[in-house]
Amino acid sequence: MFKLFEPNKIFSITSKAPKYVLFLFVIVLSVGLTEALILSPEDYKQGHSVRIMYVHVPAAWIALGIFSAVTLLSILGYITKFKNFFLIAKSLAPSGFVFNIVALVTGSIWGKPTWGTWWAWDARITSMLILALFYGMYLISWRIYEDKEKVFQVSTIITILGIINVPITKYSVDWWNTLHQPASINIFTKSSIHSSMLFPLLIMTAAFALFSLLIFLMKYNTELIKIKNKGLDRL
Amino acid sequence: MYGRKVKLRFFYIILILATLTLSVFLILKSLEENVVFFKSPSDIQVISELNKNKIRIGGMVKKDSISIIDKKLNFIITDFKNEINVVYSGVVPNLFTEGKGVVAEGYLKDKNFFSATKILAKHDENYMPPEVKAALEEK
Repeated sequence: MFKLFEPNKIFSITSKAPKYVLFLFVIVLSVGLTEALILSPEDYKQGHSVRIMYVHVPAAWIALGIFSAVTLLSILGYITKFKNFFLIAKSLAPSGFVFNIVALVTGSIWGKPTWGTWWAWDARITSMLILALFYGMYLISWRIYEDKEKVFQVSTIITILGIINVPITKYSVDWWNTLHQPASINIFTKSSIHSSMLFPLLIMTAAFALFSLLIFLMKYNTELIKIKNKGLDRL
Repeated sequence: MYGRKVKLRFFYIILILATLTLSVFLILKSLEENVVFFKSPSDIQVISELNKNKIRIGGMVKKDSISIIDKKLNFIITDFKNEINVVYSGVVPNLFTEGKGVVAEGYLKDKNFFSATKILAKHDENYMPPEVKAALEEK
């Protein structure tokens, strides 16, 4: 199985794939933005500020998703001692951090006209801020330690501590009274978002996922080049 | 096919995760009072003594309860079991209307009377175009 991770093979993929992903991303993003900003209807209550949701919600989903992936990869890396997992995790994290910040900022911009405040210390918003801090710690941990073993250890500890926060963020709106509204999209019960608004939301999610993939491929490619330059033939 | 060390590390991680989850759960459980963003009118009814601290009360704005008396906005917050009268002077957010969610920040005068210093509108999870809303109301 680990033969698949041969750097030369992966390198040939990661160095060519970005331009195709970029192409796809531009297409999906333009469709998504047209849908979200022009074609989709305004909300019966919020009016046009509902359009912020098409950026806010996908960004928050991706931020949570990437943190979970980074944690899983770090744990796998720790258990199997296979360094490639850490490198994949490291390359994924930056776009998750960026989307986390995007979710916080767009949420704040939406909150002012709708709730009447830029910021509230409710469970959902606070736990999302905590997630951003964990992302920050994770990214910094890769920069401050010289010793690779030390980096693997510290970054794994940070993700394990941070992952507890992920389900709290997800379910905070159900467990406690929060200013933030509960989830509109449910897998098992009927969603409370109209299909004309759900469609652009899903397209925008796909666009953001492609963006994360693009950044990941570029970051990971850089990691592989670093390994190549060191003259190592395996990870 | 996996070495003994690998298995050991696997269970080590599982144990750490279980311990952390349990401790965080217990911490949050005991801090529930402070984690909630607002209290409901029913929560207010059961408190034993009034304290002078700033609190938040949330619920629905009762239908036909908004009135302006003496240049002050009066309305009733309800959770359909209990209600509380709120008095406020200042700006309200656009989404503040009858029959919709609201969070009021301020001071309790007594168990049925609340003096608000800030009003926030609470948005619900329903998203739909105006035509759909109109069609739903016709039904």
